[in-house]
Amino acid sequence: MSAVSDATVVEPNVLGLRCRECGREFEVAPIYTCEWCFGPLEVAYDYEAISRVTSRERIAAGPASLWRYADLLPVGSNPSVDLGTGLTPLVRADRLAAELGLGEVWIKNDTRNPTNSFKDRVVTIALSKALEFGFKVAACASTGNLANSVAAHAAHAGLRSYVFIPSNLEQGKVVTTSVYGGNVVAIEGNYDDVNRLCAELAGIYEWAFVNVNMRPFYAEGSKTLAFETAEQLGWQVPDHVVVPAASGSLLTKIQKGFQELHRVGLLDEEPNVRVSGAQALGCSPIATAYIEESDTIRPVKPDTIAKSLAIGNPADGYFALDAVRKSGGGFAAVTDGEIVDGMELLARTEGIFAETAGGVTIATLQKLASDGVIRADERVVVYITGHGLKTIEAVAQTSGPTATIPPSLDAFHAAFDIEDH
Amino acid sequence: MAVTVRIPTQLRSLSGDAAEVEVEAATVAEALKALEAQHPGFGERLFDEKGELRRFVNVFVADEDIRFMQGIDTPVDAGTTVSIVPAVAGG
Repeated sequence: MSAVSDATVVEPNVLGLRCRECGREFEVAPIYTCEWCFGPLEVAYDYEAISRVTSRERIAAGPASLWRYADLLPVGSNPSVDLGTGLTPLVRADRLAAELGLGEVWIKNDTRNPTNSFKDRVVTIALSKALEFGFKVAACASTGNLANSVAAHAAHAGLRSYVFIPSNLEQGKVVTTSVYGGNVVAIEGNYDDVNRLCAELAGIYEWAFVNVNMRPFYAEGSKTLAFETAEQLGWQVPDHVVVPAASGSLLTKIQKGFQELHRVGLLDEEPNVRVSGAQALGCSPIATAYIEESDTIRPVKPDTIAKSLAIGNPADGYFALDAVRKSGGGFAAVTDGEIVDGMELLARTEGIFAETAGGVTIATLQKLASDGVIRADERVVVYITGHGLKTIEAVAQTSGPTATIPPSLDAFHAAFDIEDH
Repeated sequence: MAVTVRIPTQLRSLSGDAAEVEVEAATVAEALKALEAQHPGFGERLFDEKGELRRFVNVFVADEDIRFMQGIDTPVDAGTTVSIVPAVAGG
């Protein structure tokens, strides 16, 4: 092993890495699985030390980005790869709530990140950490959004990049990755094929694969969605959150984020947040296990327009299932038709254009509301994680000009019978 | 039949740093058993106390996940590659 792989970086707030399956502990290094049981490694923090330094005031005085929460992140407080990610709007969605018969609903609009998805949160952390370790090349396996973000952040940091994607991705996501000038490798296979190849490549090349050997650090970025939500609600937590699930990591980390805030003294009361998960019916291994009350997640071959959620073999599926069950949330799987309807409903009622994954989340909100799982007396936060322009194909058939007419008053009056001047 | 088992980095301390090990086997189960016979230690890393493959261990035969085939009883032809790959996060 070379110097890069053996590198260890000590942060005062971090104790080391810990296996989520068997609890074995490791030093901070670019490793991602327990060498004993293959369980995923997670950053272990010194919460006592963090409690002594962090405060609401210290956070408020920090940068207007996710780096205001550096005390709870596994990177030094001077991030080296930063495009200004985070602190995205939390928007009150009364018109959507009324349509669904709900009470207080908020949209966490994470389309408003540098490359228009929540993946910027994980990449700014993964690549800042990669520079600390001394890596010169950034890489990832991606369903699209991560590809955008890794290519952009690598360009910004002057790192070479290799981004691996399934060859059937939406054109918008391919173009908005390639434009940054790194290597984009389209694999003839689905995401799970791409991911397996990357796991094997990571054993050969000394690259920072953000979702492979950088994963313990990368995954921590998702917690900032919970941190921001609580701060934006005046240091209160929602009663219920609805989160899209691909690998299951985001959902798990949002729940962890709320718990950490309490653990370091930033919340007055212990958070009791019900967590619900959203999947597309064409790729719903976690939702299926939930609905069938099974403890086994069986991998599937994805077939859905929600390509950013098309992970058939979800690495964090077991943890996501556990988070939903223990918190008393729910899980739903929605059809491609319901996904498009969900995208249009959010756009029509709230003026927010989400990608297909957002359609999955809104359709799940709708389904769980009509099933009574999400109640009108709950304060609900819905996570919209990627911009609609990335998956414009999904609504291209149903969204177009209301009328196409010659440039004349007569033609307009003929097309539109408007009584109220 | 001779098949090749590809060893992930995390387990190469058990195979004397070898990235690939040749074994005689007709199924995945036989291949992993033969691997344990050649390099003791693999068994307890790959299987839990009930004898099931650990849930974060993925096994592929000729690049296909064995859970889409016959699991541990999936047959392997001569010259096939069996890959042991840890589960990785999504993107």
